[in-house]
Amino acid sequence: MAQKEVYFEDVKVGYEIPEVVKDPITETQLVMYAGASGDFNPIHTVHAFGEKAGFGGVIGHGMLSMAFAGQIMTDWVGAKALKKLSVQFRAVTKPKDVITIKGTVSKKYTEDGKNFVDCDLIAIKQNGDKIIVGQATAVLPAK
Amino acid sequence: MIDKSVVGKEYPEVEFEIEKGKIREFARAIGDKNPVYYSEDAAGKEGYESLAIPPTFPTIFGIAGGLAAVLGSLKIDMKKLLHGGQEYEYLNPVKVGDVIKGKTKIIDLFDKPGKAGVMDFLVMETTYVNQNGQEVLRDKCTLVIRR
Repeated sequence: MAQKEVYFEDVKVGYEIPEVVKDPITETQLVMYAGASGDFNPIHTVHAFGEKAGFGGVIGHGMLSMAFAGQIMTDWVGAKALKKLSVQFRAVTKPKDVITIKGTVSKKYTEDGKNFVDCDLIAIKQNGDKIIVGQATAVLPAK
Repeated sequence: MIDKSVVGKEYPEVEFEIEKGKIREFARAIGDKNPVYYSEDAAGKEGYESLAIPPTFPTIFGIAGGLAAVLGSLKIDMKKLLHGGQEYEYLNPVKVGDVIKGKTKIIDLFDKPGKAGVMDFLVMETTYVNQNGQEVLRDKCTLVIRR
């Protein structure tokens, strides 16, 4: 499955990047992410700890949400096209949440012979709450 | 409350090797089924020498490296800690088999009023260099500490 090449000329400011809808977050996924990332803060894996912290149970890792945000860019233009990814965390996630990531091209420019697109990203929960807002920059090939 | 004198503080260098098994484990954990993270054949068709690396894979370096050092040295209460923001700048490709080294520095500390009172914002930056001395990645992490 080769990725479809996205060319600089074909992308307009305001273009909506194909959205990504993730599978529901599960407690098992949070355990897997704890192991994979090395973030063993018990607030993500130990139910009683999450209750004591006032969340009524475990909450998702912020960096898992950022990983979701990265996927909209890599699904669209590939990992090696990505030059910058930044996010600001707005709300926590919980098991069973379904996260959708949306993105829009905000700027196009050429610098040092390379073609860049800046994108605004947003990740929302099933109820529409924003969990993160972010920005990404990718370099695209010209035709 | 954290003392302003921490700005400029540098932490010892940490080293990481980029391993295929860890990439696959990480991709599975984030639920990303893109074959470029699992199969060298699939990644090769997209122009990668080996597996591709997910954009937030460097989280692993940050947690084991700079974050552990900063939290340990500043004695931050984990129950008051939030992750405010995160930025990665990809300067050069990171490849399977690379050994990268990073040094974390605290670059800013400021406070802002929040819904639940004044909060401290601590910004740390880590620049990673590969085995050839090439800068590959800049990681800027903003921690929020509730007072």
